[in-house]
Amino acid sequence: MEILVCVKQVPDTEAEIRPTADQTDINLEGIKFVVNVYDEYAVEEALRIKEQLGEGTVTIVSLGPDRAAESIRTALAMGADKAVHLNDPSFLGGDAYSTAKALSKAIAGMEYDLIMCGLRAIDDDLFQVGSILAELLGLPSVTGVLKMELSGDKKKATVHRQVEGGIEVLNVSLPAVLGATKGLNEPRYPSLPGIMKAKKKELKEVKLADVGLSENEVGKQGALTQVVKFSLPPVRQAGKVVDGETPEEKAAQLAKLLREEAKVV
Amino acid sequence: MAGIWVYAEHKDNKVKKVTFEILSEAKKLAEKRGEPLCAVLIGSSVEGMNPSLGAYGAEKVYCAEADSLDKYTTGGFTKALCGLIEQEQPSIVLFGASVNGKDLSARVAGRLGVGLATDCTGMDVDDAGKLQVRRPMFAGKVYADVVFHEKTPQMASLRPNVLPVGEPDESRTPEVVKVTPEVGPGDLGLEVAEMIATGAGKVDLTEAEIIVSGGRGMKGPENFQILEELADALGAVVGASRSAVDAGWRAQSDQVGQSGKVVTPNLYIAAGISGAIQHLAGMGTSKVIVAINKDPEAPIFKKADYGVVDDLFKVVPALTEEMKKLKAE
Repeated sequence: MEILVCVKQVPDTEAEIRPTADQTDINLEGIKFVVNVYDEYAVEEALRIKEQLGEGTVTIVSLGPDRAAESIRTALAMGADKAVHLNDPSFLGGDAYSTAKALSKAIAGMEYDLIMCGLRAIDDDLFQVGSILAELLGLPSVTGVLKMELSGDKKKATVHRQVEGGIEVLNVSLPAVLGATKGLNEPRYPSLPGIMKAKKKELKEVKLADVGLSENEVGKQGALTQVVKFSLPPVRQAGKVVDGETPEEKAAQLAKLLREEAKVV
Repeated sequence: MAGIWVYAEHKDNKVKKVTFEILSEAKKLAEKRGEPLCAVLIGSSVEGMNPSLGAYGAEKVYCAEADSLDKYTTGGFTKALCGLIEQEQPSIVLFGASVNGKDLSARVAGRLGVGLATDCTGMDVDDAGKLQVRRPMFAGKVYADVVFHEKTPQMASLRPNVLPVGEPDESRTPEVVKVTPEVGPGDLGLEVAEMIATGAGKVDLTEAEIIVSGGRGMKGPENFQILEELADALGAVVGASRSAVDAGWRAQSDQVGQSGKVVTPNLYIAAGISGAIQHLAGMGTSKVIVAINKDPEAPIFKKADYGVVDDLFKVVPALTEEMKKLKAE
């Protein structure tokens, strides 16, 4: 079974995020980058499927600048077999659509039975790339996969999808694009031998010419939305410390404040 | 004059509140642009929900009905909505940023090749009438002002519980346009086998008006009982920090934060949560924040409107009693 996993490199969740001085971009100075956590669930699931079947190939597909290669190596160190890195300046600065478009062209030339990705990237929080990718490839998509099981003939998957107040159980025909969410599995850490092996695994770079698109169809030029300004959220006013001698007094005072001052209860 | 459309999400034959929030705000946009405000209902039998949409400002309601649209499926609803959009050419289409609203809007954006901004907290039109939105990124660590390519419709999903709901006017009757989309099994791409209800009857964290969350300071899963009791007294939903979820004390779906759910309740009570940056990002836009923690240096106090520095195991049950008293008054 040929499994592709889309992976994005993102700033660590502990990173403080600030706009640049001219507010047209994010200041990336000093930021630590990691594999998007939702994509780690996708990688882990792909590896588990391959291990369970005892056959197959897991290929990482990632679009990003040079530094993204480090996150691709992390996914290879977890156990993926090879990787494709869409690495061309013209691919960068895009939105979900132009990113999915470049990915779809690169993927269209590859073999696949299943495509995994994360429900969302924790940097731009768009929740779109997997769905648009599926659309451009003409495949079904499921977002928010909590659990999945392949049928014996590997032509279908039974998928648990997280929705408000419940879990939807779906039968989806493969190939499909499945977007992993927290709860699907516990991603493994790369082992030391895994890290050594990853250095020798195939990492193919894909340039603009390789995807058969023009410069104005990808990245910033191909984007259908554009961020014109980044700003910090309004600073919250310093709060009140609730008075009282005992926990009970404090609770009573808090209840009073919530009712009379904040008017929220 | 093609109109501003709002996709009306519904559950159990009722339109979701976020739809009314969007209609209320979109009405101002429609007036500025001189365009009609329309709503779109998709399902097997949806016509009964028309009046509520009219009351919140929809002048026209498109009802796309077919038996195959009985349950939400990405493929079926995408086909139904795209068919209507291609026929009627609206200039703007808006969705609630719920699980299915995000799923559907992304797929529609892909099919039509138009721009989509996800989970927005504000929207307006500029002097030229073009849509502009504001949306949090990095779970709210920064905000981005987004503009769209000229290709229409320009699309956005709006975060629940942020935009104020206007007063409904029950006397208004919307014009109803019925359509029957041709959606067959092949368009669905998948089949919905069953729906397993979890936390039956409870509101999802992203739609909750009050949230009571616990963190590492709860010391164990059994202690969340006191938060459940407080939540019952307040009509709230219980959430958790990443450390509480990673420790296995609470379900994954309860996690609030950058790698969990981003929430915007009217009241967020954090008990035994120190306030890691990724947690603060996920709840920082709550309207009122209460922190209960015995460590006065905990970062959560910098975000809190009301801070209680004390033992949560004493404060929380006392607060529950106070709330019961207040409700009884």
